[in-house]
Amino acid sequence: MKNIEADAREKLLDVLRNEGFFGVKRGCSEGSCGSCTILLDGIPRKCCIMFVGQAHGRSVTTIEGLGDRENPHPIQDAFVDNGAAQCGYCIPGMIISASSLLEVNKSPTVDEIKESIAGNLCRCTGYVKQIEAVQIAAAVMRGEK
Amino acid sequence: MSNGDNQGKKYQGKIVKTSVRKIDGLATTQGRPLYVADIDKDFLHVKFKWSPHAHARIVSIDISAAEALEGVKCVLTHENTPKNLHTTAGQGFPEPSPYDTYVFNDKMRYVGDRVAAVAAETREIALKAVDLIKVEYEVLEAIFDPEDALLPNAPIIHDQDGIHAPIPVYYEPKKNHVSHTDFAFGDIEKELEAADHVFDEHFSTHYAQHTPIEPHVCASWYDEEDPHEIGRITVRTSTQVPFHARRITAQALGIPEKKLRMIKPNVGGGFGTKQEVLLEMVCVLVTMRTNRPALIEFTRSEEFVSGRTRHAYKVWVRGGVKNNGDITAMELKVLSNTGAYGTHGLTVMSNAGAKTLPLYRMNAVGFIGDTAYTNMPVGGAYRGYGATQACYGMEVVIDMMAEAINMDPSKFRLQNHIQSGETSPVFKALGEGTEGVEQVIESCELTECIKQGKAAIDWDNKVGKPGDGVVKRGLGMATLMQGSAIPKVDMAAAAAKMNDDGSMNLLIGATDLGTGSSTVLAQIFAEELELPYEDVLVYASDTDMTPFDVGAYASSTTYLSGMAVKKVAAQIKKQILGVAAKMMDAQIGECHVSDKTVKGPDGESVTYAEVCKFALYAEDQFQIQAGDSHVSDVSPPPFSAHFVEVEIDTETGQLKLLKYVAAVDCGTPINPKLAEGQVEGAVMNGISYALTEEFIFNKKGKVLNDTFDDYRIWSTQDMPEMVTILVESYEESGPFGAKSIAEIGINGALPALANAIYDAVGVRLQHAPFTAEKILNAIKEKVKEETAQKVAV
Repeated sequence: MKNIEADAREKLLDVLRNEGFFGVKRGCSEGSCGSCTILLDGIPRKCCIMFVGQAHGRSVTTIEGLGDRENPHPIQDAFVDNGAAQCGYCIPGMIISASSLLEVNKSPTVDEIKESIAGNLCRCTGYVKQIEAVQIAAAVMRGEK
Repeated sequence: MSNGDNQGKKYQGKIVKTSVRKIDGLATTQGRPLYVADIDKDFLHVKFKWSPHAHARIVSIDISAAEALEGVKCVLTHENTPKNLHTTAGQGFPEPSPYDTYVFNDKMRYVGDRVAAVAAETREIALKAVDLIKVEYEVLEAIFDPEDALLPNAPIIHDQDGIHAPIPVYYEPKKNHVSHTDFAFGDIEKELEAADHVFDEHFSTHYAQHTPIEPHVCASWYDEEDPHEIGRITVRTSTQVPFHARRITAQALGIPEKKLRMIKPNVGGGFGTKQEVLLEMVCVLVTMRTNRPALIEFTRSEEFVSGRTRHAYKVWVRGGVKNNGDITAMELKVLSNTGAYGTHGLTVMSNAGAKTLPLYRMNAVGFIGDTAYTNMPVGGAYRGYGATQACYGMEVVIDMMAEAINMDPSKFRLQNHIQSGETSPVFKALGEGTEGVEQVIESCELTECIKQGKAAIDWDNKVGKPGDGVVKRGLGMATLMQGSAIPKVDMAAAAAKMNDDGSMNLLIGATDLGTGSSTVLAQIFAEELELPYEDVLVYASDTDMTPFDVGAYASSTTYLSGMAVKKVAAQIKKQILGVAAKMMDAQIGECHVSDKTVKGPDGESVTYAEVCKFALYAEDQFQIQAGDSHVSDVSPPPFSAHFVEVEIDTETGQLKLLKYVAAVDCGTPINPKLAEGQVEGAVMNGISYALTEEFIFNKKGKVLNDTFDDYRIWSTQDMPEMVTILVESYEESGPFGAKSIAEIGINGALPALANAIYDAVGVRLQHAPFTAEKILNAIKEKVKEETAQKVAV
């Protein structure tokens, strides 16, 4: 947990990375690829096109806040087990997006999973193993695995 | 050798053929700082000035205002940078690409060419300074079509003194003619005459970009902890070729290689665009001039325009088939548009023939390849590497042949494809700018791939049944081959040493782009040594610390680097057995490794940890370690069969891709999930390349759609149902039977979709990509023709 002060006109992505949150990626700076996805008060947002002013007084969760070595988030574990991370550059943003889905819906359909990560472009995987991994993580979070 | 001896053989492994977790999997999912730009240094940020003209000489360039801006530390132009001709192609030395560029040139050859660079305290200051650079251009006539570029009196794009091809190949820059190669085996004209049906078809493919989610990025700094007087610079770069990058950067700057240390950390995707020494020399130059760390990060737009692209091709296929299904002859002719610089210009072109023509049995075969300069963005290496473009023409003509003789396209391919034990004259004829290498196919499960793929898509029940509605269904297929490393040219090396606790350090030059090669190589190493793969500590791609490897291209890492690693493991195993035998007072031949221990003849055993401690401390002390290299004499092709099911709305031309089946023979899949991942990613890329990706240029050669909003790669919302089938074979020359899988998956979509469109609506699209407009226009044309014929009757 860290309190950050920055100029309201700066881009949130730049500020987060300057503060050492390197898990938030710079892929396009135009809000298209999703590799910069963070949670703003729990909602996935692309921070490369957000001004710091838009986050004023609000909470930001980056991938670094989602799990660690000893206690990985079930989505992280499932991604690794299923070979869903190749180059890994889109992965933090994608996991953030998927985590917000599983937070409110632990039995998502495939279509709901696809929609939750529709804003996260990946060039390596074709999305197949990532969707499977979210299903597996959902089962874990339901207590089934 | 085999002649089919290994047909049906499958490797039974312990750690190999297991989908172990990637070594860095958890780290990437937790966002650890693994990529080039994920470090904190007192960086100068470097921004480029790009050419607004497709073809222009720089008459004068005034950097005084830029230099005077507060915060600017360095401005680089052709007037103040080294003049050493080189190629940016990340290839072995001497490169089969022309030396046609300096770090900065005095002539701009495409919109997006590099005019100058500014290094400043912040990105904003650097960008401001870029705008303050005043350039006077002499605008020249530009040429955009490669056929036009080869006409006499076309404007000459490369007229610098001294440009040349470093190996003895055809290179006529004054004609814009970068490369030519051709060969013929047998009498093509005679064989075409002997055919019952003859074909002469023309196709074209379009500009596309790899769009790795991480654009090109590079950082460099003087290593303050390195004591050597020469002053060594560390370069942390997103590259597929750290060793080539070191050599070419040194060459371009005229500095000794030993001054540089290239490190490849995690890379956010490459797909070929990072098989290029693009930014390193500018970054290092800034560091040398300013004594400061420097960081260059391409924006997405710069990645599209000023990175590298897929060569756009014109393809001509001539062929002949007999009514009994025999192919009498095929001739493939390609004209590759290499854009403003000749990097990869020859080899992508020759690969087009090398990785398509051997696939089928025929009496006569020929290839004619040409590459031309144009004033357009630069073509480079891109997964598939020419085969992707040529496959399109070849596999559509194969379908045409099947149709002409009323044979099912899958049966036609089953009858004619190359089998284990067979060869093709193409292997020897087409190499990497030089002669190729003769080889016999030792492993081929393409028949099984076709059969299993057909079943998965329900081919027999669905093909040829478009239905009567407005929406028509179609099925299409393509069969493919690629290669595994470049024979007799590429080399990989590895080294390893043992630690007290029985773990091992494995040092490899091999370049993991996220493909998981470090994991796969650790698996191969661990398999040979009967060691848990978690006990293998991999360190890779550091030119100071790891032995040489050509890098991640030509589908070579599992196959070539894998054999180097296996050799090293075998040597280490020998040393372990020697020490263990001494410890147990036994003969080496009576001992064997098993599960991190060495078992002796009488039931006794010693652990690896005990062995290592004995070797390091007890007697005749030595470090258990080994290093070795591997070059391959052959390049065994992986094989694949792709099948697609589409629906086409005949009122709008809209194509819906319902299902995509890819069946692949990659030999032994070392890590099945990672192997499948390679196929799935390549297939998705091939699909969007075929349907929605396309550079749009204005009349002056400027790219208009250099953003993800306007250049469409697919998201989860576009996915078809995807089925991936690994069909195992056993390749004797590969580590535990493995071949390769990295590239082949991208080549199937364009031809399979073209064939499916024909199955659905009876039109042959021979110019990619297959947009709704093109499909609709073709349907309308067909209706018009049919109506005209009816009226004529």
